[in-house]
Amino acid sequence: METPEQIRDRLRARFPAAEVTLVPNPSPAAQHSLLVGAAHLADVAAFLRDDEALRLDYCSNVTGVDWPEKEVVETVRTSVPDPAGGPAKVAEQKIKRVQPGCLEVVYHLYSMARGHGPVIIRARTGDRSDRAVLPSLTPVWRSCEFQEREIFDLFGVRFEGHPDLRRILMWDEFEDHPMRKDYVEPDDYEWEPTPHDAVLAKAARHRTAAAAPGPAAASPGGQP
Amino acid sequence: MAITQEDRDQLRRHGILLTSVEELYNWGRSHSVWPLQFGLACCAIEMIATSMARFDIARFGSEVFRPSPRQADLLIVSGTVTKKMAPQVVRLWDQMPEPKYCIAMGACAISGGPFKQGYNVLKGIDRYLPVDVYIPGCPPRPEALLHGLIQLQEKIRGQPLTGPDAPRHLRADLECNFPVPAFGAHDLEPSKTDSVWQPPALERPKKA
Repeated sequence: METPEQIRDRLRARFPAAEVTLVPNPSPAAQHSLLVGAAHLADVAAFLRDDEALRLDYCSNVTGVDWPEKEVVETVRTSVPDPAGGPAKVAEQKIKRVQPGCLEVVYHLYSMARGHGPVIIRARTGDRSDRAVLPSLTPVWRSCEFQEREIFDLFGVRFEGHPDLRRILMWDEFEDHPMRKDYVEPDDYEWEPTPHDAVLAKAARHRTAAAAPGPAAASPGGQP
Repeated sequence: MAITQEDRDQLRRHGILLTSVEELYNWGRSHSVWPLQFGLACCAIEMIATSMARFDIARFGSEVFRPSPRQADLLIVSGTVTKKMAPQVVRLWDQMPEPKYCIAMGACAISGGPFKQGYNVLKGIDRYLPVDVYIPGCPPRPEALLHGLIQLQEKIRGQPLTGPDAPRHLRADLECNFPVPAFGAHDLEPSKTDSVWQPPALERPKKA
């Protein structure tokens, strides 16, 4: 099978407008993946399925990753010339930058016809709320249907073009997305015979909420 | 006239069967406890094994697993009760006619088990249903289920038909309403039936 670099180069040649970058995996498994821009995801997927050399006809697994917004500190070094004529000094400046969050969907593709795989492609949404939209790959691989529904349920990615996008594990009335990192569980602490660690913190939160019943205590749950 | 159990045993040793309606009635129903044919998770596999030839629940009169709640006497909650499944379990219980009994089989049905701290599993079916016998184990062996059934039979045999200790179906003053929880935006609503279950008022002593 072609290496991910070769696949990337062929994709770039076939779709010049598409953003295709290689995401290296430094672990011994070395399962490198291709990050594909959402705009061309459906075209790229159809190409990977129909290409004679690849024939990736089976999507075995679809999963999601939550990348919350995070603050990154970058150190910028500038050399300041010494007015006295000595060697230039290096001044360090720390810049805080907010890296925007997004939701990522990962597809693991295999070829039954050629007997190779996996090829891993990823796609990222614009953000984690309004633009959490990606094109559905269910029209390309039928096996994506339930797994995309699961990602919609647990992460909140809306798949455009999905034939039946409903919650699959939680009930329809449920509003949160439990696999998101900022999911807040409902305040359902009751009692524990041996409270410890996270349970102890949960118990403390429950007691403060019970001591001061107000709007904060009455609205558990995660972000919309 | 008060005849004690010792008197009855004494008479039986002499070949005289003296019994009461209560004893006969309870003896009959304790040996024909028909469970609901209903499984939730891996405990259900042990329940199936219990009903098969090797362990043979038929020895205790409970081999008739009924596929309809209308004909069942016993709800064996065999496995993890997810919050999505809980209303259906309570609805099945409500559809069973009295007298009815409930066995919580395994760690999940008792307390949520390994999933207790999760967001999607009920922390024990006794939040909504009156449980008669708890069988610990993960999953319990078939012998444990049989032992639980024998315990339940003993409980049934010991139930007086009158007075304050009479079972639920013979008393007019007892609440027999087990409301089905609704799917809420973040959790089941309510998260427990207060008349059925309250958290124990246990607090660990604070370290000095």
